[in-house]
Amino acid sequence: MGGLASLSVLSLPPARYGRPSASLPRKGTPMKLILSCLMALTLVIFGAPSQAQDGPLRIEITEGVIEPLPFAAPTFVAEGAQAQQYAQEITQVVRNDLTGTGLFRLISQDAFISQITSFESPVQFADWRAINAQALITGAVSTDGAGRVVVKFRVYDVFAGTELGQGMQFAGTADGLRRMGHKVADQVYSRITGEGGYFDSRVVFVSESGPKDNRAKRLAIMDYDGANLQYLTDSSSIVLAPRFSPNGDRVLYTSYQSGEPRVHVLDVGSVQSRILPSQSGTMSFSPRFAPNGQRLLYSATNGANTDIYSMEIATGQAAQITTAPSIETAPSFSPDGSQIVFESDRSGTQQLYIMPAGGGEARRISFGEGRYGTPVWSPRGDLIAFTKQNAGRFHIGVMRTDGSEERLLTASFLDESPTWAPNGRVLMFSRETQGETGSSALYSVDISGRNLKRVTTPSGGSDPNWGPLQ
Amino acid sequence: MRITTFTSLALIATIAIAGCTRADRFGEGADGAGGAGGMAGANAGVVPGSANDPTSAAYFNQTIGDRVLFAVDQSTLSPSAQDTLRQQAQWLTSNPSYQAVIEGHADEQGTREYNLALGARRANAVMEYLVAQGVAESRLRFVSYGKERPIEVCSTESCYMQNRRAVTVIAGGALS
Repeated sequence: MGGLASLSVLSLPPARYGRPSASLPRKGTPMKLILSCLMALTLVIFGAPSQAQDGPLRIEITEGVIEPLPFAAPTFVAEGAQAQQYAQEITQVVRNDLTGTGLFRLISQDAFISQITSFESPVQFADWRAINAQALITGAVSTDGAGRVVVKFRVYDVFAGTELGQGMQFAGTADGLRRMGHKVADQVYSRITGEGGYFDSRVVFVSESGPKDNRAKRLAIMDYDGANLQYLTDSSSIVLAPRFSPNGDRVLYTSYQSGEPRVHVLDVGSVQSRILPSQSGTMSFSPRFAPNGQRLLYSATNGANTDIYSMEIATGQAAQITTAPSIETAPSFSPDGSQIVFESDRSGTQQLYIMPAGGGEARRISFGEGRYGTPVWSPRGDLIAFTKQNAGRFHIGVMRTDGSEERLLTASFLDESPTWAPNGRVLMFSRETQGETGSSALYSVDISGRNLKRVTTPSGGSDPNWGPLQ
Repeated sequence: MRITTFTSLALIATIAIAGCTRADRFGEGADGAGGAGGMAGANAGVVPGSANDPTSAAYFNQTIGDRVLFAVDQSTLSPSAQDTLRQQAQWLTSNPSYQAVIEGHADEQGTREYNLALGARRANAVMEYLVAQGVAESRLRFVSYGKERPIEVCSTESCYMQNRRAVTVIAGGALS
């Protein structure tokens, strides 16, 4: 579907929308979610009036959204007194996730004509059309005696007068309320945009505090929206550029704990960190996992020369991937693991190259003005995100894997370190401000260049790395 | 929901890191690195360990100069840098009990990982020069801090030029 064309469908007359009598198969089969041992979150798809999946309520993200889609999300119905607080919290997470994308606009409850007092009551579509709610999300929250919280929800295409997808329910413990909200929002986002969600995900980054000439750095992990922040290290050593494993169970990072930069791996489940083997007298840094989680790429410096190496994590066996006498660093795998993109100054300035993951001939892909670094392959495989330095400014940008269609998404005194959201539609990066009082903070931006915003962290932050959808 | 996990994680991380020592963070030289033990009393009126005690780290840092500076994105040694390094090499040769760690640094105009590699190039250039001047390689090692340890914090060339440096940090000595 074309981007703007599909958007304009949203304002077409209702007649075109609904095919309520169509008998359609349900989308997919019930999923089994595998979650942490700390919260058994179960998912049930429950009986619902099954309706058209291919309705018109759809946002095409790549083209950018000029007018956010208005939606109503009445506070989920609390089924029982204890659920009241939970219902409010979950609903708020859903609202914040959706509006935070810049693709949706929340309609104030003050405007509502209908109230949703029961999850099962028929929806009065006319009342929601009258306030121009394109999408309606209804939900209910209940608790059982065993401390479990259950949230149910449905999404409606108001102008079509149909349900979008099927009702679902998630169950978990009270400390998993935010995750339940993120899961609901991921479903809503996914049904309306046709893209994978990214709300139920975490970010590992370097938390920074103090002035530039005495900056303390420590690893921290948090939900994508900044909630539930926990520190993973103290600030006694410089730590740099943490990177999640493909399933989020481990984090690779560079630490000066031994006095020199060395790659470490931290196991998130068992909470153990260990240094990876490296040749004595060399520095190792810039690690990144292979898509299978068994290997990593990293840079090692020997004398003046920095090259890219590959290592099997279990055995510590390393192989040299690049051999040029120049600086080769910041490697990142293609999603299928067959190729790598990296930066090199072999031409005289930093530029981006792609080569087979096992070694071989490298092909330069960046040809614009300026210097290009920190390339990261999109999880969808279609784009490379990078940092560009030109004429005294820094930019976060994306290009196709053949180097074409370069688009700069940001510009500032110092932007760097882009990382992809799990769905490949949003980038997070760090931005350092200028001068004596300069500090670093995390930002995110759509690949359309829209919705640039700061990610809330308690102090400064740099080198974000976005983990997988949980 | 992961509070339990991360509390214990933080604990272990703390334990793991406790006891580690950090190299001189700012490349300001190794105050009290042991130079006092050198040739105390050899020259009347010279306070051992002070900048006018030619065997002291302070003398090395202040009188000879412990650092050389580089042009943007370069690791070439300028003539004045080479002059400083020749004196550093002479000092190291006549004070054989000292070791040195050469710290390579970059200014903030550059991506983090590239700057780490660039800092290594600069430190390596210094190390190779000192070795060529006769300093035993076994007494030297280098580490790059990239742009992590600026000494000047303004965002103009006057600060950047001070940050694009390689600092020879003296350690040891006093092997009486």
